[in-house]
Amino acid sequence: MAAEVEIKEENLVYGKNRLIKDNIMHYCPGCSHGTIHKLVAEVIDEMGLEGECIGVSPVGCSVFAYNYIDIDWAEAAHGRACAVATGIKRMYPNKMVFTYQGDGDLAAIGTGETIHACNRGENIVVIYVNNAIYGMTGGQMSPTTLVGMKTATTPYGRDPRLHGYPYKVADMVAHLEGVCYVTRQSVHTPANVRKAKKALRKAFENAMAGKGLSLVEFVATCNSGWKLSPVAANQWLEENMFPSYPLGDIKDI
Amino acid sequence: MKEVRLMKGNEVIAEAAVRAGCDGYFGYPITPQTEVIETLMEMKPWETTGMVVLQAESEIASINMVYGAASCGKRVMTSSSSPGISLMSEGLSYLAGAELPCLVLNVQRGGPGLGTIQPSQSDYFLATKAGGHGDFRMIVLAPNSVQEMYDFVSLGFELAFKYRNPVMMLSDGVIGQMMEKVMLSAPVPRMTDEYIKEHYGDWALTGKFGGRAGNIVTSLELDPAIQEQVNEKLQAKYQKITEQEVRYEEILCDDAEYFMVAFGSAARICSKVIEMARADGYKVGLIRPVTLYPYPSKVIAQRAQQAKGFLTVELNAGQMVEDVRLCVGNHIPVEYYGRMGGMVPTPGEVYEALKDKIINKLK
Amino acid sequence: MAKIKGTVIVDKERCKGCEVCVVSCPCQVLKLSSEVNGKGYHFSYMENPEACTGCASCAIICPDSCITVYRQKMA
Repeated sequence: MAAEVEIKEENLVYGKNRLIKDNIMHYCPGCSHGTIHKLVAEVIDEMGLEGECIGVSPVGCSVFAYNYIDIDWAEAAHGRACAVATGIKRMYPNKMVFTYQGDGDLAAIGTGETIHACNRGENIVVIYVNNAIYGMTGGQMSPTTLVGMKTATTPYGRDPRLHGYPYKVADMVAHLEGVCYVTRQSVHTPANVRKAKKALRKAFENAMAGKGLSLVEFVATCNSGWKLSPVAANQWLEENMFPSYPLGDIKDI
Repeated sequence: MKEVRLMKGNEVIAEAAVRAGCDGYFGYPITPQTEVIETLMEMKPWETTGMVVLQAESEIASINMVYGAASCGKRVMTSSSSPGISLMSEGLSYLAGAELPCLVLNVQRGGPGLGTIQPSQSDYFLATKAGGHGDFRMIVLAPNSVQEMYDFVSLGFELAFKYRNPVMMLSDGVIGQMMEKVMLSAPVPRMTDEYIKEHYGDWALTGKFGGRAGNIVTSLELDPAIQEQVNEKLQAKYQKITEQEVRYEEILCDDAEYFMVAFGSAARICSKVIEMARADGYKVGLIRPVTLYPYPSKVIAQRAQQAKGFLTVELNAGQMVEDVRLCVGNHIPVEYYGRMGGMVPTPGEVYEALKDKIINKLK
Repeated sequence: MAKIKGTVIVDKERCKGCEVCVVSCPCQVLKLSSEVNGKGYHFSYMENPEACTGCASCAIICPDSCITVYRQKMA
């Protein structure tokens, strides 16, 4: 019989980051939020920013991000995270301040706050999780919902004549001078998770270096809202989301 | 150092903020209070005390910047006028729910809607009863002079931090725009990070320094049993505020038979009316609530024992009169006189109303 | 010849049985159990432990941080 791998510290390859709290996340099985939370925790931990970091959670599924990542957090009103983060960052210009927002929060109700924080070049990171749907309220259309996509408020599919077109926040804010880095990432495969982590780290480094605002969009799944299994949702993501929201850096200066 | 100057109400707010060690002001232009941010920008306090002054893209953004900065345990404020305050309602509710200290100045103008840019007191209900959704209260200070606009900035911060609660200074276009002599107090330094750590580090967002547990500023609780406890805690705080923070002024009340109740600029008009009435031999007194929440209910109820009638004078359709009626009861008349839409009554008009609605009816 | 071997430990009470780890494993090590955990989820386990190289793909993608990976060079 072959020898077993010994379970000891020196053989450890990967485990739960210490900044991820023991609370079991309320997210649905397979939800991208969990993986993105992990990346946030790992980047903060690896950069040694635990004691310098203040996060702003949104209204939406990730409202309870503060229950999962062990740093200081403010919970913002719906859409206002970038304004709240501005208030914090202006008080503590040397601390690491970031928002964590979904597409309903950031791209619908929070459009104004987001764009103006970008335009002012606040030295913060905006983590934008775009799954093209309102998860928390039960799967309604968001501004980023794809044309033809069925949601609770577009039961016959999103019709551009009624609802307009998928809103591409990342492309839009890339035009603003205050923004130094805009990238689209995903966490649906291990390789993409690794890439996404590098992007997130770069964004955090930009904020600490005072280079301006970095926006990291995660093109993500909402398997419950999409009414797919987690694995099928990851496939649907590739086939349907990526053509509208292609991965890669949009701006990097 | 102390200093005497002739200043406009709105300008004095800027001077008061810097001298009160304010850490941040976030605002958006709206008449009749725009001189607050203009004066601050001209003063450039970021070069002296380090105070942040930022023009936001909206009142919604302003109040949420206040929320963020207040989360850090800092002394922060905003100012606006009625329509802008409506936009801040959501943020005020979140600030109260998360128990954050801040100062919000409302230099009222007439409404509803876009209304007028002229002075009004028609946000009495908004300030004292309906600042936003949910069961919450703001401490409401009503200045009646440029001096009080100055004084209530530091008082506002003191109360905001004492109770970890939003404080609204409810002024109006009359006081915001008029110039008066004002005594400026010696500047107080901004709180240092060490001071914040020592005094507020148990709740403020500062980064998890010194290995403490993470702090969370939130107003969210999904468990109804716990949310009810949160509400009960807030109510207990409001009760304490009601018991300890009532402020008012009485003018010639001891021998008075007829009482006027008025706050802010309306109270200034009433102080002239008392002179006119007294010259005619009518024993008229004035009760001026300085805090509109908590309301000086006790003193009004007490004065009702000696009174023949009450008249509230308000630059609105009769809002505070409801509270005076609650204090006085039904045994004597409680009437209202006021103008709306930015019209400000003369002392003569108010005196006629006092005679017409109260004195002559009770003779 | 030295061989790299890996193993994973799944915190089965944290696991929600989303199966993302199962499809992400390049060596088909993992599978969802027929048993369920306290929350009623079919949790992930090593069906084919011998094939594990400790690449950590499963843990990296796991949304619930419930997989710990160890790796050792075997003599």
